[in-house]
Amino acid sequence: MSNKTTDVEPPALIGPGHSLASVTDKIADMVLTKRTPLGWWLAIAVSGTFVGILGFTVLSLFFRGVGLWGINNPVGWGFAIINFVWWIGIGHAGTLISAILLLLRQGWRTSINRAAEAMTIFAVMCAGMYPLMHTGRPWLAFWMLPLPNSMGMWQNFRSPLIWDVFAVSTYATVSLVFWYVGMVPDLATLRDRARNIWVKRAYGALCLGWRGAASHWDRYEIASLLLAGLSAPLVVSVHTVVSFDFAAGIIPGWHTTIFPPYFVAGAIFAGFAMVLTLMLPLRAWYRLEDFITERHLQNMGKVMLATGLIVAYGYAIEGFMAWYSGSAYEQFMLTNRLTGPYKYEYWSLLLCNILIPQIMWSKKARSSVWMLFFVSMSVNIGMWLERFVIVVISLHRDFLPSSWGMYHPTLYDWSMFLGTIGFFIFAFSLFIRFLPAIAIFEVRGLVPRGPARPGKSTHH
Amino acid sequence: MAQIFSPSTNTLSKASIVAGALLAGTGAFALTTANRWPWINNVAVAMEQEVPFSHKHHVAGLGVDCRFCHTAVEESANAGIPPVKTCMGCHSIVWKDAPLLEPIRESYRTDVPIQWNRVHDLPDFVFFNHSIHLKKGIGCESCHGRVDEMPLMWKVNSLNMEWCLACHRNPQDFVRPRDQVTTMGWDPERPEKSGSNLPPMSQAEIGPKLVQEYQIQSLTNCSTCHR
Repeated sequence: MSNKTTDVEPPALIGPGHSLASVTDKIADMVLTKRTPLGWWLAIAVSGTFVGILGFTVLSLFFRGVGLWGINNPVGWGFAIINFVWWIGIGHAGTLISAILLLLRQGWRTSINRAAEAMTIFAVMCAGMYPLMHTGRPWLAFWMLPLPNSMGMWQNFRSPLIWDVFAVSTYATVSLVFWYVGMVPDLATLRDRARNIWVKRAYGALCLGWRGAASHWDRYEIASLLLAGLSAPLVVSVHTVVSFDFAAGIIPGWHTTIFPPYFVAGAIFAGFAMVLTLMLPLRAWYRLEDFITERHLQNMGKVMLATGLIVAYGYAIEGFMAWYSGSAYEQFMLTNRLTGPYKYEYWSLLLCNILIPQIMWSKKARSSVWMLFFVSMSVNIGMWLERFVIVVISLHRDFLPSSWGMYHPTLYDWSMFLGTIGFFIFAFSLFIRFLPAIAIFEVRGLVPRGPARPGKSTHH
Repeated sequence: MAQIFSPSTNTLSKASIVAGALLAGTGAFALTTANRWPWINNVAVAMEQEVPFSHKHHVAGLGVDCRFCHTAVEESANAGIPPVKTCMGCHSIVWKDAPLLEPIRESYRTDVPIQWNRVHDLPDFVFFNHSIHLKKGIGCESCHGRVDEMPLMWKVNSLNMEWCLACHRNPQDFVRPRDQVTTMGWDPERPEKSGSNLPPMSQAEIGPKLVQEYQIQSLTNCSTCHR
């Protein structure tokens, strides 16, 4: 379980003094309590307002079209694709935590995986809205699927855009199933602890008749491993395919082979930043310091630092290749990034994504909730700017100076972006209130002198 | 603890998996293939008109050429719907008092055109041009069917994109000699029946020859029809 080579015992993954019962009580009561915290209502009210704004924006786009956005020649992608890539990237941390860390038997995943997976699903939902609206005729979105049709046409299977459809829809499906299957034993716990018959029935229907029998646990373990095996390659493949959307194009700054690994590292970087952004307030408001310990925060800080360095290497290689290629257009792309009209975005990106995360080298900073929150917000912004730089700077000045132009996002660009952030927080708040936000049975496995195998207890 | 579900729930939940899959499958199939159903695309549904004009009577009975009325078909995108003065050319002499033709005479007197109900209506994003199809040896019949057997006009083909592409991908299966484009019931194996002096050939023989002679390209770019 430990990744240290010294003989110093790592800090425990669960606060002292917990028993199996106290773990269950603490987490299940977050859902089954009658007293909803005021902060939760506040979060729902504010994010709900933005969901309303999102609804209005989407309806406007339905009826009036994508001309409401700032996209036009030469920048046809704009916020829609920037935000799509940003959201998809954020989701990756959830899959990494739930699948790869499960296969690697990392004990520190147990208390954060449930919420991280939920984050993945909501992030993918936000991401999915953008290409859907960007098509301009979202009601014909089923044309993207290879269904029998009366047009005598199939999708262009040589285009990375259709690979994207498969990659993202597979990702959404597998993440949802993995999340749900992992929740079944805890839903049964909620069913058993609920008082109200209708609440019992609701959780009873969701937990698919789970009785905690040995055969159930046996199947559960097999199913989780299989799903983890299915999800693990998705951590790498989904953002690789997203990067192909760019890399397969011939635009300077896009047409590079570093894109797949650089995008994947960036996705995990952004994802862990978002996990921290969500977990730090959750931890504080629900007093979960015993479950999301300092060791968890330390580890997440380290993952951010490591992936951030890979991303920094990506930027360095982009610059080096632009020079080394000898291509006038690639070199221009670089000088245009550094000194062009969007130079502030590029320099801010370097600041947010490379400079500020270096704070994470310090153990003291990794132990400070405020420092972690500051760095994670910086990375959230930095990774958004990275997609802005990739999409806008490359498109706005390409090969033909006569077709150069500027991209100015409109009010509808911003309202859709803020709207999806609102939707994300709204969905996450609902999740915290109505579903077990921490895997009860897995955390019980961390209790000292607990059952021999995680979660195999029959205690209730 | 009391049971919260009855025993039938087990069966119900299993059945709901099957039902859900079936529903989703049928839904997707219906959504994407509805254009093939006659009650959606109106194939073989005779269109009512203010004046029940019979192509059967005029073409098969009287032997009027398509181009006598649809005069623009060889030169323009639209075949052209004849003005009532074309009708009156004959009907001021024959059946000149028939009550059935009163709307024609009234239109002629008042200069208000007859509102014919359109039978073949392509979506506005499709740019179809009659003249090029005729020039390349595609007969009226290939799209409109045996008009000489229709008392009232109906669609024979769905005009779905898959139907357009069936010919655009394999024009040799449908092309005919240019002088036979308006012929109804053209059969390359019995050309003498249509007054042609070509030797009898199968479509597999004559098709590729005509494709070469008329320099027919298999145009399947999006922008061929969607501009």
